[in-house]
Amino acid sequence: MNIAVLMKPVPSTDTRVKVGPDGKQLDPAGVSLVINPYDEFALEAALKLKEAGGGEVVLLTVGTSAWQPTIRNGLAMGADRAILLTADGPLDALQVARALAAEIAAGDFELVLCGKQAVDDDAAQVGPMVAELLERACVTVVTKLTIDGTGAAAAGAACIAQREIEGGLEDVSFALPAVVSCQKGLNEPRYPSLKGIMAAKKKAIDEKPAQVGAPSIEVLSLTLPPDRPVGRIVGEGVAAVPELVRLLREEAKVI
Amino acid sequence: MGILVVLEARDGEIKLSSFEAVSEARRLADAGLGGGEVVALLCGPAAVAGVAAHSGAYGADRVYHAAHEAFGRYQPDGFAGAVVAAQQVTSALHVFFSATAMGKDLAPRVAARLQAGLASDCTALAVEGGKLVATRPVYAGKAIQRVAFTSGVALASLRPKLFALTEHRPGASAPVEALAGFNFEASAWRVMTTGTSAATSGPADLTEADIIVSGGRGLKGPENFHLIEELAAALGATVGASRAVVDAGWRPHGEQVGQTGKTVSPKLYVAIGISGAIQHLAGMSSSRTIVAINKDADAPIFKLANYGIVGDAFEVVPALTEAVKKLQ
Ligand SMILES: Cc1cc2nc3c(=O)[nH]c(=O)nc-3n(C[C@H](O)[C@H](O)[C@H](O)COP(=O)(O)OP(=O)(O)OC[C@H]3O[C@@H](n4cnc5c(N)ncnc54)[C@H](O)[C@@H]3O)c2cc1C
Ligand SMILES: Nc1ncnc2c1ncn2[C@@H]1O[C@H](COP(=O)(O)O)[C@@H](O)[C@H]1O
Repeated sequence: MNIAVLMKPVPSTDTRVKVGPDGKQLDPAGVSLVINPYDEFALEAALKLKEAGGGEVVLLTVGTSAWQPTIRNGLAMGADRAILLTADGPLDALQVARALAAEIAAGDFELVLCGKQAVDDDAAQVGPMVAELLERACVTVVTKLTIDGTGAAAAGAACIAQREIEGGLEDVSFALPAVVSCQKGLNEPRYPSLKGIMAAKKKAIDEKPAQVGAPSIEVLSLTLPPDRPVGRIVGEGVAAVPELVRLLREEAKVI
Repeated sequence: MGILVVLEARDGEIKLSSFEAVSEARRLADAGLGGGEVVALLCGPAAVAGVAAHSGAYGADRVYHAAHEAFGRYQPDGFAGAVVAAQQVTSALHVFFSATAMGKDLAPRVAARLQAGLASDCTALAVEGGKLVATRPVYAGKAIQRVAFTSGVALASLRPKLFALTEHRPGASAPVEALAGFNFEASAWRVMTTGTSAATSGPADLTEADIIVSGGRGLKGPENFHLIEELAAALGATVGASRAVVDAGWRPHGEQVGQTGKTVSPKLYVAIGISGAIQHLAGMSSSRTIVAINKDADAPIFKLANYGIVGDAFEVVPALTEAVKKLQ
């Protein structure tokens, strides 16, 4: 079974956000990129399926050549090759999904795995959009995935998944081909081995232009959130408890 | 022309977050968005049609009901088909969802089918020059983005608990009409939701809780989380956790708050033995009131907390639990 993993490089989660000179985008200066944490769950799931049943794991990214080093980290984890669909400037989720869907349609992927959301735009849109554009089954926020007869799994294979909802889990059944968005809990992503890192240097990252179509969203501004009022230490130890309770009741009115 | 609001039912009731979305749609319609009409859509079994009428009180003019026996559970393809059909019947140029597990799954499907822009998890909406402008947190709340739409139809999902629940028309009831012209054929669905199981960690899910009590590595071990659970019980709160204790296997990952966990905005968030790493703060900094209990006066959590107690959780938390119990 061939698997496409949708992978986006994002600013590492400890980034101190600074607004760029255009007032609309993040200032990229000093920002280090990592594989979107949820995409690591997707890649790990793909590698496990490949180990069990063979096939190829291909990373698909819509972005810029500057993202090559992060893509190579995904190759070091074990993906076979990568395709980088290049586009200039910011794209909205539907544009990214169009480019990915066109590439997937041209390839031979029974399964597409992606992250629950990218931790930069926090959109949680691209996976289900790709599925709809391809008219494929889609399950999002998956914490458990079972694919029937993984060995020879191909179109039509029966799958079951659990997805996270408020206060519980939903059981979903579907058939390949499908798009699955991955949530924490699905697996523990591996670290690249030294051998993996060496091997990744020789793996191909195939660059070609992305077909994105017209935008549907225009970013007007990016700003930092207003500061919260400076906090106050009510006191030390058990002695401060009565005053805390009074403040919560009379000042904050929350209990 | 109007605004279409997708409602969500659970246990035979419409979720409050759906009524928040209706209230906001009415406010925006009155401010000149669309043609002034607000239409709600409920996908659900026949029995729930009646409860949808109550959206009239929050400002819906009428309600469509897409009925199907399998709609007792969320069916992604069936619901998406119904929303698209309702958008076409109403010619709505704006479609609102609440950013719940269901809304987050459904909205992008509809967006792709309609080739429409979607602003997800919005924290504020406005009408500027007759057009919708959405405000939404990005980088896990470390920055705020404002977006406009260049597509014909504009979609937004609204973060629960942030939009005012306003009875624009107290006591009013909206007429409920069956949605026609949509394909009810379940055999065409590509995925089927077959069951649900509860994994509840408290009276409400973290994203819906009014009060959250979270514990971190300062609790020293899973055996001490009864301190957190007892305080949570006294406050009627839901238990949360830092990633450190989730990764250590002390708590289930569904309880994790932060950049790679849940984003929460309760009215009260109590952080106990949590240092306040940037990834944790990202998930809870929009809480209305934040309390921190930590033995290190320099812990970063105190910079964000409205009220802090510097002290040993093993002493302070039981005393706080007792004090809260005495209030009742
Ligand atoms: C990619 C990535 C994503 C991440 N996502 C998340 C996320 O979603 N959520 C998250 O929480 N973290 C996340 N983290 C981890 C984060 O960086 C921190 O490591 C984590 O939040 C620390 O958890 P903690 O505060 O419980 O532990 P610590 O940082 O070890 O803090 C323990 C605190 O307890 C206090 N303490 C000790 N003993 C006592 C006592 N007896 N009484 C009172 N206080 C005491 C200490 O003073 C200290 O402040 C992420 C990290 C990365 C790299
Ligand atoms: N530019 C991109 N290139 C490749 N995959 C992407 C891209 N943007 C988003 N994705 C995938 O879609 C998921 C959801 O992203 P988003 O909708 O942006 O929150 C991510 O976790 C990725 O798997």
